[in-house]
Formats: sequence, C-alpha cells, structure tokens
Amino acid sequence: MKTGAKILVESLLREGTEIIFGYPGGVVLPIYDELYDSPLRHLLVRHEQAAAHAADGYARASGRVGVCLATSGPGACNLVTGIATSYMDSTPVVAITGQVPTNLLGNDAFQESDITGITLPITKHNYLVKSAGDIGRVVQEAFYIASTGRPGPVLIDIPKDVSTGMAEDVKLPEKVTLRGYNPTYKGHKRQIEKALELLSHAERPLIYAGGGIISSNASPELIEFATLATIPVTTTLMGIGCIPCHHPLNLGMLGMHGTEYANFAVTECDLMFAIGARFDDRVTGRIDTFAPHAKIIHIDIDPAEIGKNKRIDVPIVGDVKAVLKDILTLMKKQDAHDIWLKKIKHWKQHHPLKCPSTGGLHPQFVIRTLSDLVKEKAVIVSEVGQNQMWTAQHFCFHNPRTWITSGGLGTMGFGFPAGIGVHFARPDVPTFVIAGDGSIQMNIQEMGTVAASKIPVKIAILNNMYLGMVRQWQELFFDRRYSFTELPAVDFVKIGNAYGIEGIRVETPEDVLPAFQASLDCDGPFVMDFRIEREENVFPMVPAGAAINEMIGGHPR
Amino acid sequence: MKPHTLSILVENKAGVLSRVTGLFSRRGFNIESLAVGPCEEPGMSRITIVVIGDDAKVEQIMKQLNKLIDIIKVSDLTENERVERELALIKVTAEQGTSRAEIMQIATIFRASIVDVSPKSLVLQVTGETDKINALEKILRQYGVKEFVRTGMIGILRGSKMISGGK
Repeated sequence: MKTGAKILVESLLREGTEIIFGYPGGVVLPIYDELYDSPLRHLLVRHEQAAAHAADGYARASGRVGVCLATSGPGACNLVTGIATSYMDSTPVVAITGQVPTNLLGNDAFQESDITGITLPITKHNYLVKSAGDIGRVVQEAFYIASTGRPGPVLIDIPKDVSTGMAEDVKLPEKVTLRGYNPTYKGHKRQIEKALELLSHAERPLIYAGGGIISSNASPELIEFATLATIPVTTTLMGIGCIPCHHPLNLGMLGMHGTEYANFAVTECDLMFAIGARFDDRVTGRIDTFAPHAKIIHIDIDPAEIGKNKRIDVPIVGDVKAVLKDILTLMKKQDAHDIWLKKIKHWKQHHPLKCPSTGGLHPQFVIRTLSDLVKEKAVIVSEVGQNQMWTAQHFCFHNPRTWITSGGLGTMGFGFPAGIGVHFARPDVPTFVIAGDGSIQMNIQEMGTVAASKIPVKIAILNNMYLGMVRQWQELFFDRRYSFTELPAVDFVKIGNAYGIEGIRVETPEDVLPAFQASLDCDGPFVMDFRIEREENVFPMVPAGAAINEMIGGHPR
Repeated sequence: MKPHTLSILVENKAGVLSRVTGLFSRRGFNIESLAVGPCEEPGMSRITIVVIGDDAKVEQIMKQLNKLIDIIKVSDLTENERVERELALIKVTAEQGTSRAEIMQIATIFRASIVDVSPKSLVLQVTGETDKINALEKILRQYGVKEFVRTGMIGILRGSKMISGGK
C-alpha cells in the first residue's frame, strides 16, 4: 500500500517528467513531502502563474509535457491564465492542483475553489480524483490526452485525503484507450489526391504555415514539400521557425504585422495550403477579403478547425507531419512557378521591413543585433505587445521551437516565466527573454526564482515607458489620447541588483552589442534595460477590420 | 435558423452535463429543451438537446462536442426520419360543471390522460411532439392553467438505424 502522493510522484516519473514547476500550500503538503527526497526535480517559483507559464515554455521548447503544481483555491486560480495560454496555443501541459478534502468539497471550505469548473472551458480535459487508487490511471490518461491529437492542457485536481489515502499499485495498460478520444492521424488519401490535383493546375500557390507544423515536428517535411513544388511559405506568429528565415521561399509572417510581401501573396495567390493554422482574426484581417482568389486546402488534426472561419475547398483532417509525408509520396514532379516567384521577389525587394537607423535607440536594431550575435544558437522567448512583434519581424529564426511566444491568448507576463521553463528544456543554448517594460512587470517577481536557482535567463527589456502597443493604437486610432498607457521610469537594473542579478542599462546603439556580449559572458541571469525611442511603432500594420493588403506604414505600391 | 435535435451519447460521469451545456452557452446558444437519462449501454447516458441555430453554427458546435473526451457520439437527428416525443403534465382549473366535462373531452381528443383529480383541478398527462403539447396547453388556457411541466424532448431514429456507436 502506498499513499496517493507517492503514487502521483511515481506516476509523473513513469511518464518521463524531469522537472515540475510549483508552489506549495496547505492541501498539497502531502505531495510536497513526497517531493522532498524524490528524484523528481522541483523548481520553486514566486507566483503560481509563473509555474504554469514555465511548464508551458518547457513544453513548447522541448515538445514534451510540461508539469506544474499548485495548492487549492488561490494557488489553483493563479494557474488559470497560464492554462488558458496553453489552451489557446495548443501546448501539452499537465497542471496538478490540490483540493480540500472530499468531505469538505462544496462547503466553501478554507482555500476551496471549484477549479475543475473554472478550467472547464480552458482545458482539453480535467479530472477531480476521488480515490488514491485512481491517481495512476488518471496521470497516464492526462499525459496521453495532453500530448496526442491537438495538444492541450489537462488539469488534475487532487483532494488532500486522496493524496494521503492508501492504495495498492494498479497495473496500467501499455497504451491508453479512451472510447471518446480517437484523434485522426492519417489524412484521407482521396482528399490528398484532390489537393494535388488542384496544385497541378495552380499558377500562384502559397503555403500558410501555422503552429501545427511546430507541434507535429513537421518542419523537414514542410520544407521538402515547399522546395520540391516551389511554393512560397508564409508563417503565422506561431509557425515562425518552421522554415529558416533566410530560405528563399520564406515570406516571413503574415497578418496584422506581417510583411507586406506575405500579405500581397495571400491576396494574389490562386491556391492556398493552410497547414496547422486556424485562420485567426489577427492573421486574416477582414475574413471575406482573405485569399479572395484562392482555392483553399486546409490540413489540420482538429476537424473543428475546418471551416470554422473560412470556407474550405479541400479539407484534410490528420496530423500535418503524416499528411505531408503522404503528399510527398503521392506528388508527381511539379513545374516551377517562375512567374509567381519572380513577382514575389520583386515585392520582397521593394517592400522590405523597415529598420530605422537615424535618431536614438531603435528596438528593431536591438533585435537585429541580437539575431546577428547569437544566430541559431539561442532560444528566444517574447512577452506580448510591441516587443513581441518587433522580435517576430526582425529576429532571424532558423529552427522550430526556438521562438516561444503567447499567440492566441496574448498573455503579458508569459515570456519571463516561460523563459525559465525553456532553460530547463534547452540548457545547451542561452535563453533570451525579450520583454517590454509593461509586460516584464507582470511577473517581475520571478527574478527571485532565477536569482535563487542561478537560472541563466537573459532578460532584454525594450523600455519605452509606455504600454507600447496600446499607445500605438491610441496614437493611430484614438487621436493620441494616451489614456493610462504611460508608465513611470523604472530602473530595472537596480531591481535586478536587489535580487542579486547583474544588469546593464543601454541608451545608445553602440552599447547594444557589448550589452548582449556581457549577458552571454555572465554565468547567471542578466538584465538589459534598453531605453528605446519612446514612440516607435510596429509597422507595417493592418488596421482592425481592413483587408490584409491594406497596410499602413509600409512602402508605396 | 431552425431547430436541431442533437442526440449525444456520453459517459455517465460527474460533470459531463456541465461540459456539454457549457459549450452551448459559451457560443451564445440558448438550449430550447434538454433531456438526460441512462441508455442501452451500462455506464452511458444519452442527452437530447434541442437548439435553434443556422446549420454552420450547429455543425461547429457538434465538432466541438465531439472533442470532449467524455462524449462518445454526437448525432443531429434533424437530418433523419425520426420519432420525437415529450411528455407534459398540465394542472388545469376545473370546477364542477360544464368546464370539467369540456376539459375531459379535450383530453380525449389529444389522447391525454387524467392522472389526478381534485375538487378544483385536474392534472392531464400528454405525450407527443412539441406542437401537439403547445396546442393542448393553448386550448386549456381559457380554463386556467395553474401549472405546466414538461420534460425535454427525446428522439429516436425510425427503422433499424442506430444513433449510438463509436466516434
């Protein structure tokens, strides 16, 4: 006989968990007691939200399931933003929460919250475990559900008397079978043939590649398909890294802050392969003018995404890696689309992303300097807002899982704690967090975590003393009425120092490269406070409700 | 916009009903009728839901329902030949005299049965499709409907075709 807590820790180890991110509290005391002398690593964060983001960052960078742990009530509620972030970006996370003892459930007991109820719409599935003997099976199922099909977060709520309760070891099956959960992996052959038939007649094909390529590890197949069929590729924010930035067929990001040439290509293409993408409003702009001349082939593992926002001509439900493999097998030799590629090349030459070089310190320059310095030897994690868009636009990403960002939910405060998780997934390369002065302050307490555990996350703050993206919208659409977007100056180096973290303030372009070098020379965490041009904007930009080829801040056509 | 009758086979587990109904409310659907009960398979329940919505929206909600782990199968009965029934209990004011006789005649026409009698009221039990029950309630209104209680609608396919099975 063993306690539920012991079964839990053994189950996590059996699933291959290396580390859990957590914060102790009353009803998880039995679990923490079990962790005290367990081989399972635990990282103590300073706020439960950071534990959820760190687990998420770990999952995104490694492709494995990230695990976080919190106590009941406030602890569990603090995970919610992190769980919702994982849900929106389909990342495999298992969140474990303590719960009040079963005899007090529903009694408004101390630190009770109905966390399975609260997380119902933001988890792929969740469990309230009623007996210690169920823990082994539930953990096995949770990892299976989180990591298969379209990945997503799964929450396991464990009442205190369940973790102290005794149970025999239960023999678990080799493979989980759930009657109500059978993801489709293999694409329908007839549909793939239909798609290839359309491709053989297309003159201006385009691949619109999303985060599904990254989560299904389909980057090699995507590049092979694009190259063999000479199809240019535009990626969503979540798809960045699936094809190297310098690849001649890569058009960069599309959508609201996409490149002009990517958006032009969308508007003019006659065939679109949407692969592991979901036609989000930040991508499509006005939906009826998105890819208006194209037949659309949509490849996605989630049938609910097909036709959700846009009418699809050829749906292919399946794992994008498996479907792309089948496409490569069935595809006959394709003609090169020379005229189309020439047109795109012309757009690329005449509509490059702008990188201002006069005046003070420009964020685009900061990002490009870092990109040139670290090349493919780093993982870049962003916060949300202008910092995120500048990085997406100007950093040259070479590989999948080296760009970690909160896309769907757009969670400020995600980046820094996610970066902590990323470090444990990729200790072989430095982790850089690109933040704004607004977003870094949403989880700045994690400086305590990185300082105490000497986690070498490098924090680059693009400090403009504004909530920059909101200010940009106020400038452009609200007559420069900067309502509650100005932030007073904060000395982030001093804050870092107070936690025992080294740092440097940077005010001129000449000091940017030395600052990044200093951060790499430092063994531990490092803070860089870049005092950038205060009213720099992210351009080009598709105003809300406009078609994506109607961009402002671009080049004249 | 038309009514859709969805038949949903689910694992009979705690919280499964709120998973299902939550999906409808999150997407702005009002559930017109809901009926839940055990079914032919042990450990399973069948939920029958009637919603009004356009076909594309209903199709999207069915896909979302299919994603729930505890849901085994979702079918839209609306597209098929089917039998649909609900049951209603109606408490009508019925003083001694002509109105009482009239009500009993109406009950006969609607094949409703009188399941309770008191000096001042009658309780009618009626089964049928929604329209029939609405019609009976409407005609009884002139006598005074004190209470009107109805189950949600349930439905089954005609012929040997089944609504259950794997996803």
